[in-house]
Amino acid sequence: MSALIECRNLFKTYQMGDTKIRALDGVSLEIEAGEYVAVMGASGSGKSTFMNLLGALDRPTAGYLRVDGASLDQLTAEQEAEFRGRSIGFVFQQFNLLPRTSAVENVALPLVYAGVPAAERRKRAMARLEQMGLAERYDHHPSQLSGGQQQRVAIARALVNAPQILLADEPTGALDSKTSDDIMALFDSLNRDGITVILVTHEQDVADHAKRQLVFKDGRVVEDRS
Amino acid sequence: MSLLASIRIALIALRVNALRSALAMLGVIIGVASVIVLVSISEGTKRAVEAQIASFGANLLIIRPGSSIFGGRRGGAGSATPLTDGDVLALANEVPGMAGVSGEVSTSATAVFGGVNWSTRVSGVNADYFDVRAWVIDEGRAFAPAEESSGRRFVVVGQTIVRELFDGADPVGQTLRIQGQPFEIIGTVAAKGESSWGADQDDIIFMPLATARQRLGAGQRPPTRDPVSVIYADVAAGEDVDRVIADIEDILRVRREILPGAEDDFSVGNLAEFIRARNETENQLGLLLAVGAAIVLLVGGIGIMNIMLVSVTERTREIGLRLAVGARQRDIRNQFLIESIVLCLFGGAMGLAAGIGGTLIYAEIGQLEIAVSPLIVGVAISASVLVGVFFGLYPAQRAARLNPIDALRHE
Repeated sequence: MSALIECRNLFKTYQMGDTKIRALDGVSLEIEAGEYVAVMGASGSGKSTFMNLLGALDRPTAGYLRVDGASLDQLTAEQEAEFRGRSIGFVFQQFNLLPRTSAVENVALPLVYAGVPAAERRKRAMARLEQMGLAERYDHHPSQLSGGQQQRVAIARALVNAPQILLADEPTGALDSKTSDDIMALFDSLNRDGITVILVTHEQDVADHAKRQLVFKDGRVVEDRS
Repeated sequence: MSLLASIRIALIALRVNALRSALAMLGVIIGVASVIVLVSISEGTKRAVEAQIASFGANLLIIRPGSSIFGGRRGGAGSATPLTDGDVLALANEVPGMAGVSGEVSTSATAVFGGVNWSTRVSGVNADYFDVRAWVIDEGRAFAPAEESSGRRFVVVGQTIVRELFDGADPVGQTLRIQGQPFEIIGTVAAKGESSWGADQDDIIFMPLATARQRLGAGQRPPTRDPVSVIYADVAAGEDVDRVIADIEDILRVRREILPGAEDDFSVGNLAEFIRARNETENQLGLLLAVGAAIVLLVGGIGIMNIMLVSVTERTREIGLRLAVGARQRDIRNQFLIESIVLCLFGGAMGLAAGIGGTLIYAEIGQLEIAVSPLIVGVAISASVLVGVFFGLYPAQRAARLNPIDALRHE
């Protein structure tokens, strides 16, 4: 039984004008299903690049990367899109909700691309909103919701396709500390329910919620503590 | 993603920037409107021309004597030996593919009925004349071929005569006097209105050719026996008009004893050809205007492309998000393509309304009969969709090819 996430000798280089930037410089690690991982490091350390590769938003320059049964170094653009829709739920710092679109429609968005019929979409989206305690605000637009509520709508959207992995990029970065605690408690409970949570953060108290911490520096993992 | 869902998203996106969308549409609106006005007007003109041709007789040939040539001295038009009844007969019997042939002689005369008199034109014609010149019998009948040479005093009158001498009442069976002689009215012909040069075509009395010669002395040209001033020939539908003209020329050259190599002293005119040729020039003007309309549509399309590029830039983050939650490149491309098409269709619909309005106003002012054909609606819709696809494709491709990471980070 192989790990949920398996990467070996992962390289990612960017060409910036004349200079080559090694964003990832040979990363090898495994993450098992159900783990709760914090990815840490200064900006430019490669942690965001690592996240983008895991989520198939970007492709490795070299190396082996297998996530949830898919070889991400070999997928076509169409297969990547399908993989993102099926296996990954993204949570962003800026929530990235569609403006002028109701909460329930925001949550249902991934189902649109998964080809789920409209009635079923709505049913599943409502169920996730209820799980986030926002059922009664289903028809509110993002501008009518607080930051914490918006992030919970975004998490509901990330969960609506029942993905294996939740990838959260600085999920509390735009929230006050009280709301941050609520959101982190939510991640904790989602992980207890069995979902693999990987979050990128530079805040130690956020990272402390995770059971495993990966610290990146200059494109390498310099610390891997459990 | 379903088509309906895409259209809904497009409608929302367009409503959010209603003013901007409307301005972007303006070029398409004006372009489609001008295309419609032009197509309608050219259709209307074409129909008017066809109606004009039909009123002459669809494939009417007009045969007249030309100028005489006498020892190198050329006389004026009509100075050559007149055509005759014999020529009419020869053409009717010897040229294949002829629907009808009739000679005509005419004179002015005063017609009297009751105490009213009216100066009019009297035409002596063969029985075929009514069919050849597309005159429709309204009341009564035309004269039969057997009555042509009987010298009987039968007449068929035009609507102006009916109006002026009979106050519009049915005159069939009445007797009117022409140059003091009694003539029985056996029929009337339906109105044709003014000719293209403004003459009243309905101010006319028809009688058999022989009668006009004998009783009114019409068309006499001594020493020629039984002269006619003009012969009208109607080519049967589907026959080669040029071949018939050549046959007519061959027969008349023999009958008029024109030596090989000598010029014809008669002319065979094809009126429909003439009218169509005149119309060609007008068509070329129409073509020029159509090019203008196409340019407006092109500029409109560029406006659409511009606004779609702005829209893609504004919604870069949205595109990134959609890609992150599983949208394929073609989902994104189709979404923006549909938005562009919807935008153009809206513009096209408004242009259609404006174009139809403009056409009706033009028809009202120009006193023209212009019908807006259903074809035009099809033209407007397909033109709009084409502009939408053509000018929306590049922005849509650009949106679809965005890198998800860059798109998500876009401010």
